[in-house]
Amino acid sequence: MDSLSCVSPTANILNPLLELTDVRVRFRTLSTTRAILNGVSDPFVDAVNGVSLEIKEGETYGLIGESGSGKTTIARSIIGLLKPQEGSIQYDGHELIGRSTLEMKKIRRTIGAMFQDPVGSLSPRMSIYSLLAEPFKIHNQKDCDFESEVRRLLEMVGLSYDFANRYPHQLSGGQARRIGVARALALNPRLIIADEPTAGLDVSVQGEILNLLNKLQHQIGLSILIITHNLNIVRHITDRMGIMYFGRIIEQGPTKAIFDSPVHPYTLALLSANPEPDPDAKIDRIELEGEVPSLLNRPQGCEFHPRCPFVGNNCDTKFPFSTNVTKDHSYCCHYPRNLDC
Amino acid sequence: MSNLVILQKIQRISGAWHGLFRTVQRVAHEPLGALGLFLVVFVLISAIGADWWSTHEPNQINVRAAFASPSLEHFLGTDQLGRDIFSRVLVGGQIALKVSLISIGVALLIGLTLGLIAGFGPRWVDNILMLLFDSVRSFPTVMFALAVVTLFGPSLTTIMIIVIVTQIPIYGRMVRSQTLALKNSEFILTERAIGAGFFRIIFVHMLPNVIGPLLILASMDIPFVITIEAGLSFLGMGVRPPTPSWGTILNDGYSYIYNSPWPVIAGGIPVILTTLGFTFLGESLRDVFDPKLRKDA
Amino acid sequence: MASANILEITNLNVGFVTERGTLKALRDVDLTIPNGAIVGVVGESGCGKSTLINSIIGLLANNAQVTSGAMIFEGSDLLSKSEQELRAIRGQRISMVSQDPMTALNPILSIGTQMIDIQYRNASSRDEKRARSINMLSRVGIPDPETRFNDYPHQFSGGMRQRIAIAMALQVEPTLLIADEPTTALDATLEVQIIRRLNDLQQNMGCSILFVSHHLGVIAELCDYVVVMYGGEVVEQGSVRDIFHRASHPYTQKLLECDPASIAQATHSLPTIPGEVPNLDELPSGCIFFDRCDHSYDSCQRSHPRIEQIEAGHWIRCPVLAQQQTS
Repeated sequence: MDSLSCVSPTANILNPLLELTDVRVRFRTLSTTRAILNGVSDPFVDAVNGVSLEIKEGETYGLIGESGSGKTTIARSIIGLLKPQEGSIQYDGHELIGRSTLEMKKIRRTIGAMFQDPVGSLSPRMSIYSLLAEPFKIHNQKDCDFESEVRRLLEMVGLSYDFANRYPHQLSGGQARRIGVARALALNPRLIIADEPTAGLDVSVQGEILNLLNKLQHQIGLSILIITHNLNIVRHITDRMGIMYFGRIIEQGPTKAIFDSPVHPYTLALLSANPEPDPDAKIDRIELEGEVPSLLNRPQGCEFHPRCPFVGNNCDTKFPFSTNVTKDHSYCCHYPRNLDC
Repeated sequence: MSNLVILQKIQRISGAWHGLFRTVQRVAHEPLGALGLFLVVFVLISAIGADWWSTHEPNQINVRAAFASPSLEHFLGTDQLGRDIFSRVLVGGQIALKVSLISIGVALLIGLTLGLIAGFGPRWVDNILMLLFDSVRSFPTVMFALAVVTLFGPSLTTIMIIVIVTQIPIYGRMVRSQTLALKNSEFILTERAIGAGFFRIIFVHMLPNVIGPLLILASMDIPFVITIEAGLSFLGMGVRPPTPSWGTILNDGYSYIYNSPWPVIAGGIPVILTTLGFTFLGESLRDVFDPKLRKDA
Repeated sequence: MASANILEITNLNVGFVTERGTLKALRDVDLTIPNGAIVGVVGESGCGKSTLINSIIGLLANNAQVTSGAMIFEGSDLLSKSEQELRAIRGQRISMVSQDPMTALNPILSIGTQMIDIQYRNASSRDEKRARSINMLSRVGIPDPETRFNDYPHQFSGGMRQRIAIAMALQVEPTLLIADEPTTALDATLEVQIIRRLNDLQQNMGCSILFVSHHLGVIAELCDYVVVMYGGEVVEQGSVRDIFHRASHPYTQKLLECDPASIAQATHSLPTIPGEVPNLDELPSGCIFFDRCDHSYDSCQRSHPRIEQIEAGHWIRCPVLAQQQTS
């Protein structure tokens, strides 16, 4: 199936599976005592500063951003490893924020997660067999036959049963990544959150993981949230994408639309920063000067204005709230580009 | 229980024994590990079978044979009261090992558990436990020992209590810092994301990764505890004469060293062998438990 | 006559002695770095890039064995030098930037101290060294180098630290700069900045660069010549256009196909190279790429292919495709 839309026919297209509204996650920088002593009135940084996004069933959403943009924080908040201070995270119609540990445990069965370091995500002294059987043990599936489940999972990700007796440090990056996928899928989740799924993988094996996720998505109608800074893979495997900068989503919409005509200057810079594997390629590169400022020094107005090549008059005073290009495609900018279509 | 579950249980137990056998095999593969294993086993056998290997009654006084050199009659000679040193050393070994293994074992278990909880649990639990640990450690050991002896009277049990209480904070702190280091590692995060609970994480995932250095420390503490026992026994707070312990044999021998060097030598060598043995064994075990260092991996 | 090449590696064979046998990490490696050129080394895990770099600067592990080969640098063979001679070269004639800038920077010394320290072989005064360091920092794009001279590494972001590492490496005005995945840990927008700086600096200072990376786009943009490695061997080498426009070894062709950036039409099914790199202690008798190659014949498995020239300056290690090219 080469169609870019993977929504299975029975999916609920009306209500999104995952919906974030104005989520805000703050981290404390100083203890209360120190803050008072140093005269700091607000000893917090906003790692995620009002993020709203939606993922429908069977859809793949790519969350792009550079280090410090807040994308990993969002992933952790969705799984419940961090607690947002404001906003709401609705999963299948249920509010996730404020749930008790027991309730979260039940919900965690239906959300699978994969983190960055493929070998590091696996408990070093447990055999692959134990690692794969663990989700079943944790969620009290005592009646099931662990051995057959382990076989099923290994087969699903294309590894032979010999792997069951190995230990994480004996696996290559690609193999460890597959075990991560297998664990995430053990209890038949409806949503998978993959944080940099291709990090540390050679180019020639990256496709294996992505193709695997895609195949499984077709087979079981999974929704996938991919968090990455690798634009090359995003272009191929996501239906929609959101670009984060400094804790906010500054542009989001269908992947094809954004790649064809990006609106926000940061998106433009990001897309043009991709080196092409062709020495003669003429790249209209928008080069950004400087770096992302520290979270402790939040710029006024639009956070991107100190580096923006198209900065204008009120960029440093007023934050540009979300505007729609089409129903699906929105951006946050006072002086957007490419809008003449 | 279904047949399959029984089969799985049998598989697990046999797997555990097999694991133990393989561990021993691996330890023996390394020269130092083999030496350590040999020494420890040697000391253990001597101590456990002290009653069988002894040639004489350890407390039998025979003043006319005092300060005898080693002979076929008395393998290691006799002390100032004509008692056979060889037999006394064997019984002393029994006492030394009993005290050290039990007290360190208990301290290890408690320290490990408390350290894991302090490292991974909520901040307030950590603060309370650290306060407790630091208070115990800042109490001068000798005064603490005196206090305990006054309360409970001098005996082996007293020594064990003293050792346990003083060692728990040391082990606990070490485990806590290791746990803290692992707390934010990727695999712990993954386990939490899967839904693993507090106890599962600390006992199944943290414990095997923090226990290595602890085992080394504990194994090197065994000779240290034997020394503590000797010192306390000398002060009259532990083993009372005429019961032999390596410490008392050493101390007696020290007083009479100009009469005969054999008591000192006989008292010192077991301590040296035990120290070396447990140290080598401990280090070898740590290497074996670290899957990354396994040579066949 | 001054050689046009500052480094010529011929027939380099390096193995590591382990319990399992000898891991032949590099086999018959030939590599030339012309004066003032940027040579890129492309390859994936296990191709031998790190071993190659360690061989050049002489920092191979204790169980390494260089069984044959020569590395002629500035007229003499690096492999025949003593440790003392190598130390004179390291950090002076050949310097290095690696992936993690924190391994190059000492966390407890200010960057100013470190940059002055690096010039210890220089006889000039401390003030002159300081001025030179500040100049270098501004050339790599550190804003306000005067004020930031006394700051510590942790006070800089990742991108800045990498730039400082580059400044330190170029400060000594080396003949050869080895860059080992210097941009892998950085975001795309930072990566292009660093690449541009490296390019500018290289042109101004005239040093040669050996740039190791698995990122094809960066190699295409930056390098003049490219060497493709697989499983410890050089499988293709040539000018950057030879490699990217006329890739001739099956591995290179497949690698370029797999790069998602090169696939114009968005697809849900990305190409891969199925299979794995063979174990370096159990090498096959024929071509090392045989079991993953689409163009192979039985003869490929029997004899180990030699590297052949298919056009001027463009070499591949594949008798099958070489024949097709030249006929």
